[in-house]
Amino acid sequence: MKDTTTETMTGESWITTRLDALEDWAQRHSFWPFPFGTACCAIEFMSSVSAHYDMSRFGSEVVRFSPRQSDLLIVAGTINDKMAVPLKKIYDQMADPKWVVSMGACACSGGFYRAYHVMQGIDEIIPVDVYVPGCPPSPEGLMYGILQLKEKVTRDRKRLRARAGEAATAAAAAGEPEEEASGRSHGAVAPA
Amino acid sequence: MAVATAPSPPLEKYPAGSVEPVEPAGLDQPTWVVRREVLAELARDLRDHPETRFDLLLDLCGVDYPDREERFEAVYHLYSIPRGERLRLKVPVAEADPVLPSLVPVWKAANWFEREAFDLFGLRFDGHPNLSRILCHEGFQGHPLRKDYDPARRWILTEDKVYQPKFDLPPAGEDDMFERMVINLGPSHPATHGTFRVMAVLDGEVILASDVEIGYLHRCMEKMSETHTWQQVIPYTDRLNYCSSFINNVAYCRTVEKLLGVEAPPRAVWARTILSEFSRVMDHCVCNGATLVDVGALTNFWYYFQPREEIYGLLEACSGARLTVSYGRIGGLAQDLPPDFMERAWRLLEIIPPFVADVEKLVDKNRIFLDRAVGISAISGEEAVNWGWTGPCLRASGVGYDVRRAHPYDLYDTVDWEVPVLYGGDVYDRYRVRNAEIRQSLKIIRQLLERGMPEGPYIVDDPHVALPPKEACYNQMEALIYHFKLIMDGIQVPAGERYDMVEGANGELGFYIVSDGSSKPYRLKVRPPCFPIFSTFPTLIKGGTVSDMVATLGGLNVIAGELER
Repeated sequence: MKDTTTETMTGESWITTRLDALEDWAQRHSFWPFPFGTACCAIEFMSSVSAHYDMSRFGSEVVRFSPRQSDLLIVAGTINDKMAVPLKKIYDQMADPKWVVSMGACACSGGFYRAYHVMQGIDEIIPVDVYVPGCPPSPEGLMYGILQLKEKVTRDRKRLRARAGEAATAAAAAGEPEEEASGRSHGAVAPA
Repeated sequence: MAVATAPSPPLEKYPAGSVEPVEPAGLDQPTWVVRREVLAELARDLRDHPETRFDLLLDLCGVDYPDREERFEAVYHLYSIPRGERLRLKVPVAEADPVLPSLVPVWKAANWFEREAFDLFGLRFDGHPNLSRILCHEGFQGHPLRKDYDPARRWILTEDKVYQPKFDLPPAGEDDMFERMVINLGPSHPATHGTFRVMAVLDGEVILASDVEIGYLHRCMEKMSETHTWQQVIPYTDRLNYCSSFINNVAYCRTVEKLLGVEAPPRAVWARTILSEFSRVMDHCVCNGATLVDVGALTNFWYYFQPREEIYGLLEACSGARLTVSYGRIGGLAQDLPPDFMERAWRLLEIIPPFVADVEKLVDKNRIFLDRAVGISAISGEEAVNWGWTGPCLRASGVGYDVRRAHPYDLYDTVDWEVPVLYGGDVYDRYRVRNAEIRQSLKIIRQLLERGMPEGPYIVDDPHVALPPKEACYNQMEALIYHFKLIMDGIQVPAGERYDMVEGANGELGFYIVSDGSSKPYRLKVRPPCFPIFSTFPTLIKGGTVSDMVATLGGLNVIAGELER
């Protein structure tokens, strides 16, 4: 007798999912960071992408120095009032969707430079998604920040969809614990 | 290194009272108070007279004394490489007329230093080619290092005010091959490794003229040190040259120790020497690694970064931090060395050389690298000294000035090592000098490790300088009081001034500190080795191509944190 389940018809190389879930998954696991490195944190960023810590394990090592080609702005280092102008320009040049990681105390809050030429945190001019504390943060800290951002990306997109009135998604997510919902929607595509 | 005898150029020709040596000689180096009218002539004499030969202008800074009749003091630090002597000139000027003659015709190094003094203090230099702001942005108003400037008062920069480059261009002529084009590199560009902006006018691919803009990482370190206690300044020093932060700690702590008249115990001195050398190795690894990345040799970057990670392990075991260690303290170290210090250090000595050797095998005779580096941006030793160069870049130009050899500190005069000197003065020799210095550093460390770790305390036993041990704080009233006093008031450093230097990874790293006897520095000026080096950049790249510019920038090892403080 002929077996008519989907798996038999398509073979094991096929999976079924929703398009937006697939998009989420791709986005989460392939950040293209733009390292806006200015100071000490930039050196630790270099360590993070070097062989020892190897950030490519988390799918975000394709460093791009053009804002047009990147979707994640990692601000690593002190931003002063002079650097604010280029920073804003670069942020504006990045295409949506885009995220910002503020790496280190200076980018988060000005650090211990409460001074006449230092911006007291980059959120004075651009929105920040993840703040990574430390002076400078260890590479583990930066990686933890990136992992946090991955979760945030999914969460944010879900909220966006709900707001846009995608009725089915919103109804399914409503009243359910977050983890379960995300587990189900990505169970089909997320590799182990 | 107290120099007792002041050098004696023909001072008779100057009018009485215009050049006054400062007595008593309790100061760290001979100091003269000079009237500004004779400054230009005196400077030229000091440079050229065979008995003085002050060929290197190390540093120029302003100091603000609001209570004095002549409010500002411009302080020049001179050094004579052939004679190994130092001299400090102080030129007082009044607030109403803060004008001095520019010394750019005598020492080219004065160019950026004078701009800095103009920017931070409002001193003006008559005859300067381009007296504009250098560290603060163009929308800034006032002069932040004056004592009456609020440290937290900020100004917003808008796009219409950005710096306008000044090119020293030859007139367009028939010999131009192509149409002229201006290109801009930075401030956020992968090849700038930091935060500079280079604007170049090109004829085809040849650079006709260029201008450099800095100030994108000026974070007010000197003003911040005036608002923090002596101990609290140490973390700020870490972030000067963040590739070798421990050397900065040592330089600062040594200067304050001299002011205090205390000496670090042997164990601390031993550890300082070893960790400084490891820091130097790290710094050279970053510099060479980055240079090679810029010319397309990415593999070597990984090779150089692996030893760095290993050294980080040692520093982390000592201090708890990888990069910005803050491990030095005034009078010694922050805490004792870890129990496995020796094993870790010995292991590093085994690990590092193979990586460097691998790079050398890949690169030293590599045709592509040779084409990109040999003869590129070459500079003669004499010219480099006039521009204020020190450190490995100067030693690649045939001048063997190294603070560790010329004015030994810590344990450098007790070990056997050499100062590597090469004569090409180009990108290739700068790269090779650094590799040779890595070897010499490891040689120094090996000898010190063989000597064994000295027993004893890691910080000076002086309750006015170092915190008493925790045990004592819990059990003794006296220790508790000292602890309270140190935490609340900080160290009280006697009034005076001092310039002291170490060999940083980029050259002579000096601290000029003025104390008024209070718990905070009155004025702290860092002599950043890469500041004068980078001021040479437009001259170095002139006539080269854009790709030469990239190779040159990597080889100079300009660290923005130190450059702009």
